[in-house]
Parts: sequence; structure tokens; C-alpha cells
Amino acid sequence: MATTDKEVNELIKREYEHGFVTEIEADTFEPGLNEDVIARLSAIKKEPEWMLEWRLKAYRRWLEMEEPDWAHVGYPKIDYNSISYYSAPKRKEDMPQSLDEVDPELLKTYEKLGIPLHEREKLAGVAVDAVFDSVSVATTFKEPLAKAGVIFCSISEAVRDYPELVQKYLGTVVPHGDNFFAGLNSAVFSDGTFVYVPKGVRCPMELSTYFRINAANTGQFERTLIIADEGSYVSYLEGCTAPMRDENQLHAAVVELVALDDAQIKYSTVQNWYPGDENGKGGIYNFVTKRGACIGKNSKISWTQVETGSAVTWKYPSCVLRGENSVGEFYSVALTHNYQQADTGTKMIHLGKNTRSTIISKGISAGKSSNAYRGLVKFGPGAEGARNFTQCDSLLIGDRCGAHTFPYIESKNKSAIVEHEATTSKVSDEQMFLCRQRGIDPEQAVSMIVNGFCKEVFKELPMEFAVEAGKLLEVSLEGSVG
Amino acid sequence: MLSIKNLHASVEGKEILKGINLEIKAGEVHAIMGPNGSGKSTLSQVLAGNEAFEVTEGEVTLNGENLLDLETEERAREGIFLAFQYPVEIPGVSNLQFLRTAVNAMRTHRGEEEMNAAEFMKLAKEVSKQVDLDPSFLKRGVNEGFSGGEKKRNEIMQALLLQPKLAILDETDSGLDIDALKVVSDGVNALRSEDRAILMVTHYQRLLNHIVPDYVHVLAGGKIIKSGGRELALELEEKGYGWLGIKDEETADSAAN
Ligand SMILES: Nc1ncnc2c1ncn2[C@@H]1O[C@H](COP(=O)(O)OP(=O)(O)OP(=O)(O)O)[C@@H](O)[C@H]1O
Ligand SMILES: [Mg+2]
Repeated sequence: MATTDKEVNELIKREYEHGFVTEIEADTFEPGLNEDVIARLSAIKKEPEWMLEWRLKAYRRWLEMEEPDWAHVGYPKIDYNSISYYSAPKRKEDMPQSLDEVDPELLKTYEKLGIPLHEREKLAGVAVDAVFDSVSVATTFKEPLAKAGVIFCSISEAVRDYPELVQKYLGTVVPHGDNFFAGLNSAVFSDGTFVYVPKGVRCPMELSTYFRINAANTGQFERTLIIADEGSYVSYLEGCTAPMRDENQLHAAVVELVALDDAQIKYSTVQNWYPGDENGKGGIYNFVTKRGACIGKNSKISWTQVETGSAVTWKYPSCVLRGENSVGEFYSVALTHNYQQADTGTKMIHLGKNTRSTIISKGISAGKSSNAYRGLVKFGPGAEGARNFTQCDSLLIGDRCGAHTFPYIESKNKSAIVEHEATTSKVSDEQMFLCRQRGIDPEQAVSMIVNGFCKEVFKELPMEFAVEAGKLLEVSLEGSVG
Repeated sequence: MLSIKNLHASVEGKEILKGINLEIKAGEVHAIMGPNGSGKSTLSQVLAGNEAFEVTEGEVTLNGENLLDLETEERAREGIFLAFQYPVEIPGVSNLQFLRTAVNAMRTHRGEEEMNAAEFMKLAKEVSKQVDLDPSFLKRGVNEGFSGGEKKRNEIMQALLLQPKLAILDETDSGLDIDALKVVSDGVNALRSEDRAILMVTHYQRLLNHIVPDYVHVLAGGKIIKSGGRELALELEEKGYGWLGIKDEETADSAAN
């Protein structure tokens, strides 16, 4: 009877476009984790002594930590000794100095992914850092950025070339002991992006990192650190994909953002790791710690994320609003399909006076997937006049999926104000009938309705990304109607 | 053009249509009247292919082709259009985007090129003027927060854009003020043409002053119990349905829902 329910329940096929494997010679560590492995990793990267010390301290701390089990997700226990902690495309010497030195197979990979690295083809006005398994393979537009004084490089380079900045900020936002996965990342992080925008500089272009997991049985542990000095502005985009493999792969990233007085950081993610097949086999375990600290007054950090990939996602981009009048924003679209599980949300920690935060979360569940929003809004005793507005909307497609909302509010300041709105809706039979009556394909109808539902978030994304995100939703929803 | 023979349909196991027979030729306008709950909307929805209703018996052909074999969207592309009695909202999807997607789906089906955003915008603006809707309605979500009358005008706008072969208008006149009634009727009259048929459901004979039908049918208890010309509507207005011998409890029974 009910049209769409029946059709939607026949949800099945879904094509993952980025599922190819690149045949490339790689140096890959034997699986396993111990202090020797960390020392080898650090040596390969030619890291200074202090970096190794930092890693080992994190490792020892991590050994004492327990894997969290409170998130609304279920997955088999991970054996951390069965994972390889380093894999890099083989190449003669050091990092490639220019794109010409990058293996053509790799360039092809990125072209296939729609991320042309080559100068002549590169995305207009977007600088790209491409991370392939454990290493950064190329960073574009280095020169014009350097002219503006912006540092945009891989974190490995930054450790060697800008040790003072790295030492000053690394781990200040997400310390070693923050959580299990952050601890692991601190010990074994392989590569990632480093950005420093100096005082008063408006970064002249969008910066972006493109993460690609290729090797089998490796974990990707990237580490990103972005520092916006006083009065500066930067917009940063992050995209991710992985090949289709039957085994699950672990991705445990840490991202730290630091905004000083009057600085602004806009951080956008389109996450499309391989989600596993329609029977729930394979896919990426995406356990990520992303946090921004508004340490300066009038600073602002916005997180915008479109999460469509991964088998299991556990991710809460957060803001610590320490500076007076600082602002935190979180705009999220999380889509789960088939057997995907997502537990995502944000934390807004209001410490300073008149700090403000906005949370707009759009969860979409299809198939047998489960989608949870978990949010914490916390007001410290000093958060005089602080405010939060939270809106959590869930959209269900079919009747075998689930949506859950877990909002937590803790307030130690009476003057703080929280507004919370939550809705759950379905793609209704009537809406589907209207679309189809007008000649529109059921799949296109679902995608249009879902895009409409996500509009408030998409408008926060940089233009090129918004288009991509819309298309991605369409692909991700393929097969969600029969 | 449309031929309905002994059509039976039920919803949730309850039979609503109990043997409808109706022939509609190109160029004709047919009005269907009848008490609340008699099955007028059901007939409209069944023709458009709403799968909530199950066809248990009978046949329907559109230009000789078996309509009941086609999916909803295929029927739409073959030229069946339904203006809904209660248009549903699609939040966040702009009217413009929705309409363009629909128009392009039809064009693709006909092997024509899709219209780009600028071309379509121009066309949509013209048509919105025709139904006296401010172009700002194109930017709003589909039916989102539209008043009852605005929704109805929006439905007619869609008919004008999609240029169907058979337009089924389910109470497009109800809830309209006098001026809007005029606008909507003008819109419907603009649709009238040699190669298009119109089936309109209405409770009010006053609409028929604006859109003069070729035939009037009375649907009661899931059957067409009387058919006639334009004058039948006047007679009904004067005498009510009781005159046709519809049992009170039958009406009350089917309306009590
Ligand atoms: N989805 C449904 N579930 C149960 N009963 C239904 C459903 N849809 C229609 N019906 C019933 O079918 C009968 C006919 O309804 P229909 O909407 O076709 O009447 P109508 O002639 O259009 O009435 P009105 O003049 O009030 O619009 C009514 O008794 C109605 O309650
Ligand atoms: Mg009706």
C-alpha cells in the first residue's frame, strides 16, 4: 500500500564512485604497535627529538586508556596490533618538491577523484594539500600563499620547518589524554595539514586538504593544526575518500583550530569515506576528534560538515569559547544509508562572557542505518550573557532506519540562555506522490526533498563545495527508492 | 482520450469506487459533482496512480494505452496532470527548482532538450503572472506556508507549465475568494483546447459559470448515478442531491470520516 514506504524499503543498491585501488609501490610497516614502531615512524619523518618524546608520552598515556563504548554505534572490537601504522607511496628521496616529482599514478588518482593537482588544471583559487595514506604527496599554490605570509604545508614539514609554532599549539586544544582515539592519534599521527595565517591577513584563497586512504589494513591518522592569528581569516575545506574493501579500516584523525583575537576560521568537511557495501561489509571506521579554541576575544570558529561516508562515524567538532564575545557555529548534514552508523554532534563550551553559539544539525537516515545526534552545550561560571541556539532536525527515509537525539545542557551560569528546537519528519508518501505526479523520478524526488531539508547547512558551504555536496547526497541516496 | 470501464478501487480493504464508467474525448470538459466522501478524490488519485489505492477491477485507457500498467511518473509524462485538493508542502525545495525539475523530466521524456535556469525563470515568471502569483512565490518552498488560495493558484500554474493532455482538477475552486476564482477559471479556460481534456471536481455550480462544462456527472456511493449537460448542475443546486434519490445514510456513512 503506502507507495514510498514500499519502494523505499526496497532500498538496496548504492554505488560508491571512489572505490578503486591505486596500484602503486608502497612502503608499508608490518602491522603492530609498540614504542619501536613509533620511533621508526618518527625517524622516517626525520622528526626532531621533542616530537618523538611527545608521541611516546601520548602512547604511554593511551595504553592506560579504555576504548569508549558510550556512543550509539556498534562495531566489532578493533585489534590495534593488526593495523599497519604507516604506508607511503615509494619514492626516491624525501617529499616531492614540485608536482613534476609526484608519481604520475598518484596524479591520476587525484584526477579521477576530481581533485586535479596539476597547476594547469587545479581548482580555481583553491590550494590543495593531498594526503595519500600516511603522507602528504603535494601541496599546491605554495608561492602565492607564502607571499601573503600564510603557511600551508603538511604537518610533517611544519614539525621540521616551524617547530616553534607547532610546539606552541600542538595538543593545546586536544591534549593527549582527551580521549582514546585522540591519544592513539597523538602517538602515531602520520600526516595532515598545517596552516598558519599571520596577524591581520585574510587568506587569499580557500585552502583544502584531500585525504585518500589507499593501502589495505592501514590506519589513517592524520593531524591537522590551523592557527589564525589576530584579526586574520581563513576558510579551509577537507574532503575524503577510500577504496572499496571488505575489511574495515580505521581512520582516527585529530583536528585542532586556534583562533586568536578577532580571528575567524571556517572549516568545512565533505566526508565520503567508503561506507561499506549494502550488507554492511567493509567501510571505514571514522573516529575523529575535531575541536577549535576561540581563545581570543571576538574570535569565531564555524564547522560545516557533510558526512555521507564511513561505516561507523564518531565525530563531534567542538568549540571552546574562551575569548569574550567569541562565536562558535556548527552546521551539519549527516546521512546514513544501508548499515551505516553515525554518532555525531558537537560540543559548545562557553567559558567567556557574551559568547554565542549556533548548532544546526540535519540527520538523514535511510535503509537500516542509524543516525544519532549528540550535543553538549556547557556554560562555565564566567559565561555571563552567553547564548546558544540549537536546532536538530531528523529526516527518515523508509521505516527501518533510526534517528536519535541526545542533547545535553550543563549550565553554571544563570544568565546563560539556551534555545533548543528539534523535529523529526519523514519523506512522506504524499510528497513523493506529488513529485512523481509531476513526472519526476522517485530517486530524483528523494534527492530533491533531502537537499531541501539540508538547505540551511548547504548555504554555509563555499560555493563549489555546496554543489558537490548536493551531488554527493544524490549518489549516496542511490537505491533508496525501488 | 480517456476511457474508464467498470473501475473498482479500494483503500485499506474498503471499496470506495464501485464500478465507474466514463468516456472523455479530447477537447471536452467534464465536471464531477457529488456528496462529500462519495469518491471524487479517490477517482482522481486512482487515475493519477496513487498506489495507496488498489484497483480491484475494471480498466482505464489513455489514447488506447492501458493506464493502469504505468507508474505514477510515467502517467504524468504521458500527460496526466492532477491538481490536488490538498497540495502538500515540500520544505526547503524552492518552487522554481521543483517546477523546473518537473518540466525538464517531461521534456527529457519527449526527447527535447532541458531548459536551463535562465530560460525557465523567464517562462515561470510569465506563467506566475497569469495566475496572479507574485514571482516571489517561485523562490519559496513548494507550497510552504502558502495560503489555501495560493496553493490552488500554484496548482494551476503547474498545469499551465506542464501543458498536460488530461488535467484533473480536484476542487481547485474551493477556498478561493471571488477574484481568485476568476483568476483560476481564466487559467483553466486558457488550458482548454482541441487536444486537451479537463476533468474537474467541484461542489459549486458557480464555477461552471466561469468554466462551462460539456458534461456534468454526479458521483455518489462510488458510482456515477447521473450524467447530463450543463443544466444538470443548476438542477442540483436547486434541488440538492436528495432529489436524485441518494439515501441519507449512504451519504452520511461515507462522509463520516
Ligand atoms: N487513505 C484512506 N484511508 C481510509 N479511507 C479513505 C482513504 N482515502 C479515502 N478514504 C475514504 O474514501 C471515501 C471517499 O473519499 P474521497 O476523498 O474520494 O471523497 P470525495 O468525494 O473527494 O469527498 P470530498 O467532497 O469531501 O472531497 C471517504 O469515505 C474517505 O474517508
Ligand atoms: Mg475530495
